[in-house]
Amino acid sequence: MLNSDYVRVEHLSHRFHLTRKIAIDALKDVSFAIDRGEILGLVGESGSGKSTVARCVMGILKPTGGRVIYDGIDVNAAKLSRDENVRLQKERQIIFQDSGSALNPRMSVRRILSEPLDIHGLSRDREAREKLLIQNLDFVGLDPGVLESRPGELSGGQRQRVSIARALLMKPKLIVADEPIASLDVSIQAQIVNLFKHLQAEHGFTFLFIAHDLAMVEFLCDRVGVMSKGRLVELAPTRQLYDSPQHPYTKALLAAMPIPDPRRERSREIPVYHAPEYVTRQEWTRVGFDHYVLMER
Amino acid sequence: MSNLLEINDLSVSFDTPEGEVQAVRDVSLSLPEGKVLALVGESGCGKSVLCRSVMKLLPRTAKIKSGSIMADGVDITNYGERDMRKLRGRMFAMVFQDPMTTLNPVMPVGDQIAEAVRVHNRRISRTDAHRRAVEMMELVGIERAEERSRLYPYNFSGGMRQRSVMAIALASNPRILFADEPTTALDVTIQAQILDLFREIQATLHTATLFVTHDLGVVARVADLVAVMYAGRIVELGTVEDIFYDPRHPYTWGLLQALPAWSRGRDMLNAIPGMPPSLIHPPRGDAFACRNPYALGIDYLEQPPMFRISETHSAATWLLDPAAPKVQSPIHGGPHAEQ
Ligand SMILES: Nc1ncnc2c1ncn2[C@@H]1O[C@H](COP(=O)(O)OP(=O)(O)OP(=O)(O)O)[C@@H](O)[C@H]1O
Ligand SMILES: Nc1ncnc2c1ncn2[C@@H]1O[C@H](COP(=O)(O)OP(=O)(O)OP(=O)(O)O)[C@@H](O)[C@H]1O
Ligand SMILES: [Mg+2]
Ligand SMILES: [Mg+2]
Repeated sequence: MLNSDYVRVEHLSHRFHLTRKIAIDALKDVSFAIDRGEILGLVGESGSGKSTVARCVMGILKPTGGRVIYDGIDVNAAKLSRDENVRLQKERQIIFQDSGSALNPRMSVRRILSEPLDIHGLSRDREAREKLLIQNLDFVGLDPGVLESRPGELSGGQRQRVSIARALLMKPKLIVADEPIASLDVSIQAQIVNLFKHLQAEHGFTFLFIAHDLAMVEFLCDRVGVMSKGRLVELAPTRQLYDSPQHPYTKALLAAMPIPDPRRERSREIPVYHAPEYVTRQEWTRVGFDHYVLMER
Repeated sequence: MSNLLEINDLSVSFDTPEGEVQAVRDVSLSLPEGKVLALVGESGCGKSVLCRSVMKLLPRTAKIKSGSIMADGVDITNYGERDMRKLRGRMFAMVFQDPMTTLNPVMPVGDQIAEAVRVHNRRISRTDAHRRAVEMMELVGIERAEERSRLYPYNFSGGMRQRSVMAIALASNPRILFADEPTTALDVTIQAQILDLFREIQATLHTATLFVTHDLGVVARVADLVAVMYAGRIVELGTVEDIFYDPRHPYTWGLLQALPAWSRGRDMLNAIPGMPPSLIHPPRGDAFACRNPYALGIDYLEQPPMFRISETHSAATWLLDPAAPKVQSPIHGGPHAEQ
């Protein structure tokens, strides 16, 4: 599972202390790796820790256990060289879940997009800058007219696309996309998913793609990891996972995949998954080529 | 069956330095008691503005240009803020699109739900309101609800926030519910449970729901009726069966074909090429014409009227004019028929 050197997530654990007495174990011993140029999907229960993984990979959150290695650099190391810091900032970009509402409401879209370029001193020439902004807006299906708008004047999906454009502008090598397309209509979802595929194929971008839309994940991702209750419970090449899911949670999840056909969708019962109250010892077990499942011993 | 909400020829515009943004144009909709109407359509086509204009929650730059809004038989088109405040939380409730902008970041989530309970029922004690809030949190599937009720929104995952916003909306037992993409952050198993909960509430309380969503699987599960919107207008309206099995508007065809199911085994998905028009100077004819492979000459000149296809089904496309050439729907037979 850890045969790649590009992004390595090693025994990641995180505990949020809410009060002195209450704590939530958001992550429990999560390990996986992402290959260069790969699109790895992460799906799973709401609250299972997907966004926490994303934040740890980006170094926004310091895990209470384990570590994340990005291209040889320990993301949470206390001391990093200047060069390493710059690389971490430039080469990784995150598209946040609900990121539309994280945009500064007082800034115009032009300033929102320009800011990261200014920080890194990129594309200083005015004409080239303008062209770059327009090109990236076009990637996400937005008209150059939005450059003068403020976030409050845009629809939810338009704001989300501004965040996607901002992440892409930096030409990162790794994009951590936390639910990037859930708020977009299916046609624009298709456009963005096509764009991600193109960026992967033509420019070798690597993606950690977190989503609830299992059909999109199936279409886009090379491999998929499934999370439940803070643990990674299954990891496999996409086809393999969808054709023969092994973990009971993965099975329940795939069985609940909505079908865009009213008669079929309404006539089916959706299974409810109940996690076992007490877990005995669990172990990662290889069940097929590159296919791993967390199994009870 | 009576219509709880009736919208007639509603047009809403924003005044901006660049010009008048015509976000909602001549929209007519009826929402019967006990039914779920799903509103689907391109990002930026006016779905949220439509909901907000009924709730009168628009910024000052917005104006209702024409049309009328009837809620439970009463004309509320010209209601001011004071009248509306009485209606919100009893007649209407809304689940907003961005949970983070609805929730108060510095107030425990349980207190926020309890507040909504108290708006509906002034006589309830604080402890009972809190107990009810925890029940609501459990109802929408938040685990360890008692503990979590004392936490702040930033302690919640995306899906938990979304469910809290839903609990707030449901706490007041509204007669008309606007749910603006209420399940986008939920995994499919919880989503299915919440959708079934919606239908249950629907059946027992006869709430009328306007459900905005992009997920056609969700539409298939919850909706009785579907309205398809494009560039501020409703372009197709029908029962859920009409829209999925016999869609007539080329934009509806485009939406259905963009689903991954239509691209199995291919490299790229079928996005509709091009962009929606600017709403500052929307084109004269059918706003979808320049992206429509089936466009006729007249589409560029004149806005098509709503053509009636059946008792329940209508669509605004010149293809339905008796004089138009016959076009075979590409949707015919489902995603796997053509291969
Ligand atoms: N800042 C925080 N303080 C306390 N608890 C937190 C915080 N952020 C997340 N949590 C908790 O950690 C757990 C994992 O949350 P996370 O946001 O990673 O879930 P997720 O898998 O992204 O869920 P979703 O699909 O709903 O977005 C949840 O139980 C959540 O309540
Ligand atoms: N305050 C505002 N000032 C100017 N224009 C606005 C304002 N709010 C919304 N608009 C514009 O009105 C149009 C409709 O916006 P609305 O939020 O209703 O879209 P939507 O259909 O809900 O889209 P999404 O699916 O992306 O949420 C958009 O083109 C948007 O840019
Ligand atoms: Mg999340
Ligand atoms: Mg909206």
